[in-house]
Amino acid sequence: MEEPRQTLLLNQLWELQSANGFINDADIKRLASGFNLSDVEVEGVVSFYHFFHRKPTGKYSIYLNNSIVADLKGFHRIKETFERETGATFGSVDRTGTFGLFLTPCIGLSDQEPSALINFYPFTNLNAIKVKDIVTQLKKGVAPETICDIPADNIRYTPPGNKSVFFKPFEAGSAIERAGKLGPEKVLEELKKAELAGRGGAYYPTWKKWDAARLQPAVPKYVVCNADEGEPGTFKDRVLINTQARSLVEGMMICGYTVGAEQGIIYLRGEYRWLQHKLDEAIREYREVGLLGRECAGLKGFRFDIRVQIGAGSYVCGEETALLESLEGKRGEPRTKWFFPVEKGYLQQPTVINNVETFCAAARIIETGTDAYMQLGIPGSPGIKLLSVSGDCKLPGIYEIEWGMTVAELLELCGAEDPYYIQVSGPSGECISIREKYRRISMLDLLARKDIRCGGSFMIFSKQRDLVKVLLNFSEFFKSESCGICTPCRAGNFIIQRKLERLSLGLANEKDLQELKSWGTIMKNTSRCGLGKTATNSLIYAMDKFHDYFTGKLDKEFNGLNQRFDMEGAVKDYEKYKI
Amino acid sequence: MAKMVTVTIDGKNIEAEEGKNLMQVARQNGIFIPSLCYYEHIEPPLGTCRVCTCKINGKFGPACTEKISEGLTVEVNSPELLDTRKAVVEMMFAEGNHICPACEKSGMCDLQHMGYELGVSSTRFQHLFKDRVIDFNPTRMVMEHNRCIKCLRCVVDVKTSEGKKVFNYQNRGNETFVGIDYEQEAKLTEAEAVNAMKICPTGAIILRGVSMAEPFGERKFDRESVQHNYNVKKKPVSRPALMSKKIVATVSLAGCFGCHMSLLDVDEELLDLVELVSFDKSPLTDFKNFTNRCHIGLIEGGVCNSENVETLRKFREHCDILVSLGECSIWGGLPTMRNSIPLSECLEEAYLNSATSEPGANIIPYHEDLPKILDRVYACNEIVKIDYYIPGCPPDANHIWKAVKNILWGEEYSILYSEFKYD
Repeated sequence: MEEPRQTLLLNQLWELQSANGFINDADIKRLASGFNLSDVEVEGVVSFYHFFHRKPTGKYSIYLNNSIVADLKGFHRIKETFERETGATFGSVDRTGTFGLFLTPCIGLSDQEPSALINFYPFTNLNAIKVKDIVTQLKKGVAPETICDIPADNIRYTPPGNKSVFFKPFEAGSAIERAGKLGPEKVLEELKKAELAGRGGAYYPTWKKWDAARLQPAVPKYVVCNADEGEPGTFKDRVLINTQARSLVEGMMICGYTVGAEQGIIYLRGEYRWLQHKLDEAIREYREVGLLGRECAGLKGFRFDIRVQIGAGSYVCGEETALLESLEGKRGEPRTKWFFPVEKGYLQQPTVINNVETFCAAARIIETGTDAYMQLGIPGSPGIKLLSVSGDCKLPGIYEIEWGMTVAELLELCGAEDPYYIQVSGPSGECISIREKYRRISMLDLLARKDIRCGGSFMIFSKQRDLVKVLLNFSEFFKSESCGICTPCRAGNFIIQRKLERLSLGLANEKDLQELKSWGTIMKNTSRCGLGKTATNSLIYAMDKFHDYFTGKLDKEFNGLNQRFDMEGAVKDYEKYKI
Repeated sequence: MAKMVTVTIDGKNIEAEEGKNLMQVARQNGIFIPSLCYYEHIEPPLGTCRVCTCKINGKFGPACTEKISEGLTVEVNSPELLDTRKAVVEMMFAEGNHICPACEKSGMCDLQHMGYELGVSSTRFQHLFKDRVIDFNPTRMVMEHNRCIKCLRCVVDVKTSEGKKVFNYQNRGNETFVGIDYEQEAKLTEAEAVNAMKICPTGAIILRGVSMAEPFGERKFDRESVQHNYNVKKKPVSRPALMSKKIVATVSLAGCFGCHMSLLDVDEELLDLVELVSFDKSPLTDFKNFTNRCHIGLIEGGVCNSENVETLRKFREHCDILVSLGECSIWGGLPTMRNSIPLSECLEEAYLNSATSEPGANIIPYHEDLPKILDRVYACNEIVKIDYYIPGCPPDANHIWKAVKNILWGEEYSILYSEFKYD
């Protein structure tokens, strides 16, 4: 089946955005008639993604990361410096139309903050002098790609004794060759034995997903790789793509072979455009040696190819069904659970969606067999996990740990500085107190809350950090990244943010805390997709685990009947008319 | 013929066709599950409003996106679920700028209706007062973005004969709104345009010249609760108290005195009332100050200036129970129309630039004896604790009387659907 034309919409919008710096009315009209859509539909798509603009963005568009880790590392100073040096303010373009300054949530470089993207090339470890220098060079007309940084991989730890799973050399074709010998059933059996589960954070058994897709009678089927790593503080997929693009490609091939799919699509987040060449090179290499294409990898009747689709700035597109909508060239709004992707996914065809790490792990397990893999980790949770560690520590970067490592060990390894609370799996995950440092990181015991099941990010905050400020940053993030389709997430995140602002200003009372908790639970129970369901996770955990801290933030004078009311602030506007 | 299976809804076993929508099955079996976005012929279901959230096999989920399968167990009317659904409807009221008394759709509005059915007398969330535009550009329609609840119905259902969408979401997060395509809108037939207005569950899509065809008071949701058609009906619980003479105080802050007028509409029951209560500080007695501690204070109007703040605090000090009477007192009401506009713009428009201001007027009144205007209109519960809420603009006289009686003496609480109103 030919992919319908609307799937190309995002690519064409990217071309216009890159060429002109914005998408004008005439472009919208032309695209709408070209795709046989109404104008408002194309505008809806454009306005959904924050890298697409309807107004000029200047010769150089600068996206500065405003995630919480950037905030710890001096975001405000960098922001000021950019504004002073370029003459533009954030959210707008300077008078000469040279620089456009914009804020963007985490760009996957939390180990080298503060960082920014200039025309989508990475600039890391920024300081005031460096920013000054960059702007001066850009003013002289130096192309950003010639002066950009090449972000370091910062692989800080692999299991001792050369037992790394992900980062040992990978020979092209080795895994798919073995998969061909095993046959689809045996491949599934090995994955089942290795207990590989979705590494995006949901931990759905990979073999089950693949098997369900394999049993679907409808063809064609699709294999989609979710490389939209948007969870703030996570950057493991960036490093995997940069160093292990081949094992990713091969993981997708194994999946295609197992489920009977012919087309693979990698959905790469817009923030990682600078990594696209790594994927393109790997795919080209595979095509050249006959590993991709017809009769690929010498397997009779197996044909498979992969293309890369670039996202355009939207966190919610990491949700699998939103990602599918985005792939189809639409707004990235999550679907309902009326159908699962393995039944009706991309273009309503059976589709397997897995994360980069999952495909890489699948390729490695099939490459070497389960024996070596099973020796790592702990019983019930075999193998390894990649963690992106950032925040208040000496050695931020990638940690390839065996399941079963404790939080304390990890903190020791990364040189954590006076750790107090730790945000696990990003803002939508769980926040843990240093008192819980002897908890293990594993796939076990989720309900008993003994072990921690981690999506891949570990943000460490020292005692000097203001927890409410951290939570406000998360809340702001969810408020603007919600797709806006369901009430509890769209309105709820906004409402929660207002409440947290009261708390940070010291205007809240005990009732406000109870309400925050109760409203957070309502959002969790009623939201449409994972974003709204998890947006208040950290807040609820934090209020339990740091109860004293929150009580200390309350307004002590509140007498139960009168609310705190800032009369001076409320009449400030009117006082202007005093004669 | 599809397979019949057994499902359990609130402990009741029901035979239903496998694969059918749970929402439909519940309705057919006389079980009321509130909803706003659900529209029978749209498939797959939209699942956007989340008002139909139930517990399905022990997990929270919307009824409208659930298919019937063997052994499905659904919980609909537990206290937690009743409250959760109510919260979602309240969120919509807090998020939009819903001013029922000024709305063409009042009485035919699904959102307003759900408010009545679920007994939303005030929103637990602070209203957000986001500045939104009203789009008058389309030839026949007016898009009132203040009232849109983003249910997706129009986006999916309204298409031109060429199959092109007329409406689509724009932006995302809390900036999301439903955009309208002027060119495509002009291509709709009259009947299709009327349909667009009808399927809108609120007054966001208004058709010029057609929206007032049916008179207020005789509209779809004006008279009777739909829950009469269902077996399960939820009634609030009452509590008993002693009969003794009570002292009442009343005040109108940033209000129009409409609620006080409505109070007088109690008619002959006023005779009962004077036997049972005496009035202290109130416009009815013209007492300027409190002479006694009062059992109950009825507050009309929101808080728009510094004098209002002080008066309200005084009421809190002197009254055991404070009741917000009417929409303005509950969340700000009509005066909040200024909340999304900067104060300076409002004042300049009123005193300097309006058609009726003196030629050459250049003074905005300011004197230390004058109350100071606040930056926005506040709800009473942002200043002091409010114990009870009686909605309406104005609240129905019977509703006020019953609620006050209930609060003071704990009588049977039975507000009729037709007395419970926002406008």
